[in-house]
Parts: sequence; structure tokens; C-alpha cells
Amino acid sequence: MRDEVIISVKDLHKSYGKHEVLKGVDVDIRKEEVVCIIGPSGGGKSTFIRCLNFLEQPSGGHIFFEGDDLMDKKVDLDKHREKIGMVFQHFNLFDNKNVLDNIALAPIKVKKMKKEQAYALAEKLLARVGLSEKAKQFPNQLSGGQKQRVAIARSLAMNPDVMLFDEPTSALDPEMVGEVLDLMKELARDGMTMVCVTHEIGFAKAVADRVLFLDQGVILEQNTPEELFNHPVNERTKDFLSKVL
Amino acid sequence: MGTLKLVSIWEKYSIIYWNGLNMTLQIAAVSVITSIIVGIILGVLRMSKNSVIKGIIKLYISFIRGTPMLIQIYIIYYSLSFNMTQFQASVVAMTVNASAYIAETVRGGIESIDKGQMEACRSLGMTYWQGLMEIVIPQAIKSILPSLCNQFVILIKNTSMMSVIGMHELMYNANTVRSNTYLAFEPLIIAAVMYFVICTLLEKGVNYLERRLRYSA
Repeated sequence: MRDEVIISVKDLHKSYGKHEVLKGVDVDIRKEEVVCIIGPSGGGKSTFIRCLNFLEQPSGGHIFFEGDDLMDKKVDLDKHREKIGMVFQHFNLFDNKNVLDNIALAPIKVKKMKKEQAYALAEKLLARVGLSEKAKQFPNQLSGGQKQRVAIARSLAMNPDVMLFDEPTSALDPEMVGEVLDLMKELARDGMTMVCVTHEIGFAKAVADRVLFLDQGVILEQNTPEELFNHPVNERTKDFLSKVL
Repeated sequence: MGTLKLVSIWEKYSIIYWNGLNMTLQIAAVSVITSIIVGIILGVLRMSKNSVIKGIIKLYISFIRGTPMLIQIYIIYYSLSFNMTQFQASVVAMTVNASAYIAETVRGGIESIDKGQMEACRSLGMTYWQGLMEIVIPQAIKSILPSLCNQFVILIKNTSMMSVIGMHELMYNANTVRSNTYLAFEPLIIAAVMYFVICTLLEKGVNYLERRLRYSA
């Protein structure tokens, strides 16, 4: 981990009508840091991570990404989204494209990469996630774990500075969770900056530099995994951990 | 005997029928392409966040769907001050009419596609339009193919109305044969069978395509 801050969130609010989901979240993410976010469902974890790349429009506050305030109307969001990868709970692979096309599409369309180059990159990434033999298959022919590995490769193809994971293993059958977590561990070891909403306490313990406990729209507690899991301070954190550990 | 007359009429006038069918298919072929393009554009604009655009498109679509096509044809051919040939007027009228129906189908199709598909596009830095063109619309079209096919069949049948502005398509030419022979049933049933064969073939073709598509992707 380096000291350089890549994402800085200041007093982030998000409401749906009268229902306030995020009530002022402050957090800094440093380069090469792996941050895991845990907490009960409905506490705002997903909303928070989706605000980071503006899939949800925040209602207030600031999100600085590499120094630019994304809340500023003049900022080109698409330019920044290129550098913020996202992996979804339900994979969201493009159903009308085969695996290789899924990975090569954004480099071609967004980065204007030459086709041969984009497909060479796609093949390289597919080999990295161990699915070279699936290149010509369509998403509906893959298992959940394979889909998620392709989704990670698709995200990596844009060479992002940070990757967001929104419960990446929650929709998987138990026997497929391991292959996805292993890949994520590998990314973390290679120095990828990662923000990960997860229920996998084991994963958080193994790779996270920092764990945030988010509930009722605020970060109630944050610490290294050892401290947070072994010596939680906040009552609600204790309560939550007693249920999941 | 009626059958004898059918044969003799067909022998004498088949060239007129073939010419009429040719023109019908030309109008239909061009109109299918223009109306699907316009229909997609209208369908997308119909979902615009801009309430003025959305309102105008909604009004337009319900006006076209709520008025007889014959009146639309007359308005386009006789009252608009462009100098259009009959063929051009036919294509414009077909497009105006069919695209309003296609627009609603397209909107339904787009709304049926999982929101996550567009979110994945946006998260990769693609624009809303790139996401629509590359991912959402191709999937939407596949899911609405059966009802699109239905509309193309209706479109082919509706070309018969272009006879009222003197377009020499199948219906008009059948009428020509009718007035030449002083017969009604035989000249008309020949044209009807020709429409029937074309529409049935189209339906079979799309059914086949649909089955093929279901297996790939």
C-alpha cells in the first residue's frame, strides 16, 4: 500500500425520496489498498459502492477520484469510469456477445484500440483467469464462477486504477466461490486497488488492509481485519460479527 | 365455370399481377427498413428523461395509432406540399404508420432487458448510446422478433392501401384486371392468394430464424 489517496469520499449522502440510505460517509482509499466493506443488508453497502462510479447519483457530498471532484458537473464521468472497474453480484456479462467479445468491446469502443490488439489483450486476460477454452462461448453456457471470472477479465481489459466489487460471490453456488476469491486474491497481491463489498469474512481477513463496517448509512467502525474481527469496539459491529462469525 | 376463368385470367394477366407484386414487395422492403430505424429512434426517445421530448413522442405515437391509415395516406400524399412520387409517398406513409407501432414494441423490448446490462456498459466507460447500440437494442430486438414479424406482415398487407393514391401495386393491378374483365371474384382472389403466400412465407421464415437464434446465445 502506498500513501497516495486515489479515492476520497467526503460527507457522501444518498436518498431515495425521503428515505436516506447514506447519511454522510467519509473515507479515503489509498493506492494499492484493499478495502473490504461489511455490514448487514440494507445498511447502504451496495449503494455506497455504486455511488463511487456514479451508477447511483449521490444526493450530496463529494467524491474525489485522482484529484477530480466527480460531483462537479463539468467532469467527464465516462472518462473516469474507464479507470474504475466494476464487478457485479450478477455478473452482467453481455448476453449477446461471446466471451472474447465481452472482454474486447470496451477497449475497442472506449479506448479506440485496434481490433487485433484488443482481441490479443482479451485472449491474454482470458488465459490469466484460466478460461482460454471458453473464448467462443456465450455467457449462458458458463457456470456462475466462470461468468464472474470473465467479468473480472472484462473489467481488467480497461486497465483500471481501482476495481469495485459489489458482493462478487453472493450469487454463486458455494463450490464456485473459491475460484473467484482466489482470482481476487491474486489481483490484490499484484497491487490492484480494490474496494469490495463482501460477506466473505475469510476473504476479508486474508487480503484486506482495512475493513469498514457500514450500517444505517454511516461507517460505524473501521480497522485492520485482525482488530476489527477480534476486538470490535462498536456495539452494532459486535452484534453483527456475533451473527456471521 | 369459375375455375376456367381463373386459369384464363391468370394466363392473360399474370404479367400485371407479377408487376403488382414486385411493386408491393419493393414498397414493403424499403418500408420495413425505414420503419424499423424510425421505430427504434421513436422508441428510444419515448423513454427520454426530457419530459418535453417524451410528451411529444407519446402524443405522436398515440395520434398515429388512433387515426385510420387511409387518412394518413391522403394527408401525406395530397396535403403535404412536398413533390413526392407515389412510391415515395407510399414509403413515407408506411413508415409513419408502422414506426408508431414498432416504437411501442421496441420500448417494451428495451425495458425487458436487465438493467445490469447497461450498468456494465457504463461502468466500463461506454456512453449511454454505445450501450444502447451495442448491447441493449440487439438483445431487445431478439426478444421482440415475434411481434416485429407480426408487424411486418401487417405492413405488407397495408401496402394494398397505397392503391388509393394510384400506386401500381398488387391491389391496384388486381382492380385494373377487374375493370378489364368485368369480373370481381377471380381477379381479387388471385391477388388475395398472392398476399397470403407472401405473408405465410415471411412468418415461416421468421419462425425458423427465431428457433436458430434461441440456440445461439
